[in-house]
Amino acid sequence: MRLTKIGLIDGLINYFAGLVIGVLFISAFYWIFGWDGPVVEARWVVGGIFATMFFLKGTGVIDDWLKWSRGISTPDHPHEEPGWKRYFNVSLDHKVIGVQYGVTSVLIFIIAGTFALMFRTELVNPADFILGASQTDALDFFNTLVGLHGILMIAAILLGVGALVNYLVPLMIGAKDMAFPRLNAFAFWINLPGALLVLTTLFIGGFDSGWTGYPPLSSLPSKIGFQTFFLGVYFIGLSSITGGINVIVTVMRMRAKGMSYFKMPIFVWAALATALIQFTATQLIGLSFQLVMLQRLFGMNFFNAAEGGNPVLFQHLFWFYSHPAVYIFVLPGLGVIGELLPVFARKPLFGYKFVAMSSFGIALIGFLVWAHHMFTSGMVTYLRVPFMYSTMLVAVPTGVKFFSWVATIWRGKLVFPTPMLWVLGAITIFLLGGISGPPNATVTTDLYLHDTYWVVGHFHATMFGGYVFPLFAALYYWFPKVTGRMYNETWGKIHFWIMFPAFYLQSVGQMLTGLNGMRRRIGTYDAGLGIETTHLLVTIAGYAIAISVLIFLINVVVSLRSGQKAASNPWGSRSPEWQIASPAPQHNYDKDFEVLGNPYDYGLPGSVYTSLSAAPAGD
Amino acid sequence: MKQIKHYVGATILVAVMTAGIGFWLQLVLQNMPARASRQGIAVDWLFGLHFWMIAFLFALIAGFMLYSIIVFRRRKGEDGDGDFVEGNTPLEILWTLLPLIVVIYFSFLGGTTLAQVEAADPAAMRINVIASQWDWRFEYPNVGENQDKVVRSDVLYLPLNSQVLLRLRSRDVIHSFWVPEFRIKQDLLPGGEVRELRITADKSGDYMVRCAELCGREHAVMLANVKVVSTDEFNSWLAQEILNDPRQSDNAAVRGEAWAADFGCLACHSTDGSDGVGPTWQGLFMSERVMVDGSTVIADEAYLIESDREPMQLLVAGYDPVMPAEVAAGMSDEQINDIVEFIKTLQ
Repeated sequence: MRLTKIGLIDGLINYFAGLVIGVLFISAFYWIFGWDGPVVEARWVVGGIFATMFFLKGTGVIDDWLKWSRGISTPDHPHEEPGWKRYFNVSLDHKVIGVQYGVTSVLIFIIAGTFALMFRTELVNPADFILGASQTDALDFFNTLVGLHGILMIAAILLGVGALVNYLVPLMIGAKDMAFPRLNAFAFWINLPGALLVLTTLFIGGFDSGWTGYPPLSSLPSKIGFQTFFLGVYFIGLSSITGGINVIVTVMRMRAKGMSYFKMPIFVWAALATALIQFTATQLIGLSFQLVMLQRLFGMNFFNAAEGGNPVLFQHLFWFYSHPAVYIFVLPGLGVIGELLPVFARKPLFGYKFVAMSSFGIALIGFLVWAHHMFTSGMVTYLRVPFMYSTMLVAVPTGVKFFSWVATIWRGKLVFPTPMLWVLGAITIFLLGGISGPPNATVTTDLYLHDTYWVVGHFHATMFGGYVFPLFAALYYWFPKVTGRMYNETWGKIHFWIMFPAFYLQSVGQMLTGLNGMRRRIGTYDAGLGIETTHLLVTIAGYAIAISVLIFLINVVVSLRSGQKAASNPWGSRSPEWQIASPAPQHNYDKDFEVLGNPYDYGLPGSVYTSLSAAPAGD
Repeated sequence: MKQIKHYVGATILVAVMTAGIGFWLQLVLQNMPARASRQGIAVDWLFGLHFWMIAFLFALIAGFMLYSIIVFRRRKGEDGDGDFVEGNTPLEILWTLLPLIVVIYFSFLGGTTLAQVEAADPAAMRINVIASQWDWRFEYPNVGENQDKVVRSDVLYLPLNSQVLLRLRSRDVIHSFWVPEFRIKQDLLPGGEVRELRITADKSGDYMVRCAELCGREHAVMLANVKVVSTDEFNSWLAQEILNDPRQSDNAAVRGEAWAADFGCLACHSTDGSDGVGPTWQGLFMSERVMVDGSTVIADEAYLIESDREPMQLLVAGYDPVMPAEVAAGMSDEQINDIVEFIKTLQ
């Protein structure tokens, strides 16, 4: 059904039609065959699958594939009318898809952040219960909010990574588009029904296991909200897998003439390492959640110890994705840091090859450390020791990045526009996240820290340092290239100077309460621990972060309407995307360029990176 | 040569920052809940070392950054680029190998301290710890003069300065046994799997077990009291419990109250009329119950027995269907009858 000719709206109309059809379909099956089983859960699962398929058909993102399957050919690069409608329709332009990813990411980020504010408010006073009519209802809703905050933030981060990679990689390597534009659009659009399904859980009772969904808690029949959560994550995971293969092929096959691997912009290295993890690890979270889904629907006892299943096996499968996943979240951000530092330090990236290889080192070692999430889980005890060694090894390539960044700014000529502030802030916060890691990695200290707020503080520091701060750096830095206008510099700096100290307060506060005995994922805590004041400060810091994000959004909206027109290269960057007009034209480069030099030779007179630069950039 | 002054300046900054952050972090460590187990000694020692390393690494990176930001900024009227330095291979190899050695050393220390934490005393007393949503039970098997008695308790009594071997298992979902003052924790698994944790409490006092693995609705308040007492006090407590075991009582209601506690019923069903995850037992007997389908039932003996044996068949309106069927599987008919007798007394 195409009612409005606007892909997003048609998709949503079809989504709800599909939901109803799916529910009727499975109900009929149960009725006709007299099946005995959890029919309500089955309705949500089958309804969700139908809804997603109808959504994809409704938007038109699979139309070309369906035509091809019937032998009808379609143009490779259909003409797209410029204007706002492109952004609400299926577009094959990687830059439009990048913006679609980015806006969706920010929307989900806001929803997930709002959930965090709600349960942070609950934690201000351990004796007050504001999230429900009674204490037990408040605690139950708290659990759902914590789980949703986690999984939706992960979705927001994956979408944000998609935004950066989609927009930047083809531009940076001199390609007209991604290798598979339709797969690219598909990878974006499937996120929307996925996110809707995850949110549906709010209305059907929630799920009380946190985003990790450990059985047997997640297989207890009382909470059907697990099913839409599992299904939604499955579709979001499908986006990662299809998006990943697209990036790998694009980077390997479509680089400009003369761009050998070690002449790629450093962000492309990070994107490639990220895509390799996405393409190879994501299956495991889909699989582990799918097994619990089947256990609930059909009584298949994969993780039911009483019937010969093994609940610890789930944790192995789950973390085999979910640990590498954190490197999916941070590697692009670390790439942004490496990309922007030379521009604002006016100096080459120190030790380019080591930095490039360190992304791969992190990606590789990241596959060998998953069981450090399970030191107290009751897995075979001697296995904890090899996993401790492998986990500590991650510090080596990560350290290489820090040392190289510091050496890059050492003896530079530093300038501090808004993106540079975010880059420097990102480095110190990722540092905070990094150095609070080893006490979790050594088994002895982890026996204390595991499942405490220390881990929460550590994790948020790695995410803010590795993703949130670099993302804001990237958003400010590439805003002129995407929109053709400059953002407001003063408000950009105010945004930074609120969020930066507020985040330190929040993260360090979380770590300190954890050391004092505060457990994770509890909606009330014991007055005797002496952590009320710290909790209050953490909550205030959370609100400050929210306010700073609001400032950012206002800045974006106002600058879009009335920001100063941007020059083609406001930062004096050598990267090819800055050598063309702002905003970037629909098919990127008029003619293919050639790579003649190194990407970051700032300070080397007469050097050029690409044939696009007539004179050395930066002069 | 003029670079030397920059390195000296930055190094001084790093040293000052290391000292400042390091001493603050050691103060932070002193604010942890006071250690009360021998296993915690190794944990706290490694924490101390880690926190000095944290102080140094933070100061090293942030110090050099801060120095660069102040000294190597582009001044007013300046333009042009920084020094053209692309890298320094020996330096890069050094900052790959040196951290490698440090992390291997820290991992080694993690291993040796783990061995200290797990050091086993073959004479350690065994205590069974049984977790269920949302309740802790402690069993002292093989006690009494002929080692043929079992003491069951909802408070974990521990003898001072002797190692106990906790044998941990769960009745339903995964829980985690953690007393912050003892430092170490261990998850409890369902399905008959037993995991072990050794504790040598070395400071008498009152502590609390806190479930550390999200286990559902009441996870936050899944707590149990711990009392560390001298060996004499511990033995007399055991003797007292054996003597006054309500499970041996002639009164069915007294036995029933003990079974209700042992099987974790009271975690969800109050006896004082207050509302919980499940309906209160006060005034339950012979009352009129409204079921989810709108029908009403009188809560007689047969009803009480059936709602225990088949909790999903008799769902009372207003409550989530969360009562695990496994609870009743371990109960004898006599025990259920005793519990019914106990409920009858709660009018």
